[in-house]
Amino acid sequence: MPLLEHSERMLDGPPLDGRSERLDAHLARLGALPRGADNRDLIPSLESSGLLGRGGAGFPVGRKWRALAERNASRAVVVANGAEGEQASFKDRVLMAGRPHLVVDGAILAADAIGADEIVFYVGSEHDAAVLAMSRAIEERRAEIGRPVSVVTAPVSYVAGEATAAVHYINGGDARPTTTPPRVSQRGVHGLPTLVQNVESLAYAALIARFGERWYRSAGRYGSKGTALISVTGAVRESGVREIELGTTVGEIAAATGASPSGVQAVVLGGYFGTWAAAGNVWGLPLDPAIMQSRELTFGCGIVGFLPTSACGVAATAEIMAFMAKESAGQCGPCVYGLRALGDATARVAGGRAGAEELGQIERWTSQVRGRGACHHPDGAAQLMTSALNVFGDEFVHHARTGRCSITSARIEAA
Amino acid sequence: MKEARLRVDWILCDGYGLCGGLAPDLIDLDEWHYPIISSEPVDRRFMDDAQRAVDCCPVRALTLDRTPPRPRPGPG
Repeated sequence: MPLLEHSERMLDGPPLDGRSERLDAHLARLGALPRGADNRDLIPSLESSGLLGRGGAGFPVGRKWRALAERNASRAVVVANGAEGEQASFKDRVLMAGRPHLVVDGAILAADAIGADEIVFYVGSEHDAAVLAMSRAIEERRAEIGRPVSVVTAPVSYVAGEATAAVHYINGGDARPTTTPPRVSQRGVHGLPTLVQNVESLAYAALIARFGERWYRSAGRYGSKGTALISVTGAVRESGVREIELGTTVGEIAAATGASPSGVQAVVLGGYFGTWAAAGNVWGLPLDPAIMQSRELTFGCGIVGFLPTSACGVAATAEIMAFMAKESAGQCGPCVYGLRALGDATARVAGGRAGAEELGQIERWTSQVRGRGACHHPDGAAQLMTSALNVFGDEFVHHARTGRCSITSARIEAA
Repeated sequence: MKEARLRVDWILCDGYGLCGGLAPDLIDLDEWHYPIISSEPVDRRFMDDAQRAVDCCPVRALTLDRTPPRPRPGPG
């Protein structure tokens, strides 16, 4: 069942079967990339399109480009961010592998718009098909790109895609966040002002440059306009990447991917950086970043993960928290010790080896770790944990009181 | 006098915890001795304590920031 009433936008064209669309097919389908005089108004156009960054933070793309375009320094760099270290997300690698030329288009447009001298494509090293497709696309268009361009493969880690971590790695350091200020827009790659933009955002910019902001805004059912890529995982028949009109409901996505309302207990939205929600509370929820934010939920990088009724939410949360603790860059004490303590305590609750005291500690550590890091990694973990306590609170208490899980209804195997 | 906020460079901070002893009205320490501070401006009555805590940080991780806070663009 299609999720878009008319045709797909980004994913229009050949099927996403791992083969990348070649340049001639891309040009035949979408036409030449408008540049120079044809494209002087791209930044205002992006601003009125309402396009938000799709790396997770949702910062307006047009405003970000304008800030770089109006800088004082003469030179600048564009980083197309396709690190995608989020475990549950795969839309960026699928996009790069299937539509590499759209991403290249967007990076060229960004470099033109802000007057950048260099473009770096920063692609997760484990995303083989994406690395290959991007490298080949760049080779085909080196002359057109007209400035130094390279592919830098990002190390496998959750925080490697964070903007300051990306810049630090490209500059020869390790892929760990650095203290801000300075922000990368002030001092980034080679010390120059740098635009770090997610690859999906760049690809949409390339479509907006061709078809205009009105076309982009013609999709979108509520306040947030346009379309977006999402990664659907969990209790579904067909997990994978979908393109949705913003405002499409969780229930519609479930129906399209073969998840039944009776088989789903909870939904994780936005990713490991995101929020849990009880299935019954969000089945009718529109995936619209503004509406989600007003309900303290996150669109994030577009993850919709369905937790089956047969699974334990406490155990699922313990897995995520263990991952978040392991993926701390290890630089900031509150994140290193706080997330480790949270991960360990949640695992003990999940395994029926913790009491009420530990629940109190989990709550305290969660509120305590917020905002106490160079990057937002601890904040994301705290947000996920807070939502878990809201959604699975009774089950946390049941585990702590009885040492048993009410879903698997047996004493839990020692984790 | 302009408003000032205590700021921690979390990468530099090694959890010595001296600041918590020098400015107890402004800084709590967590169980690993890392500071917990409010993002609100420092109350004028405690400005001397704040300055002393800043001056005594062994790794210069604590600062008094007199610029107003501003939102920053994210990774998107």
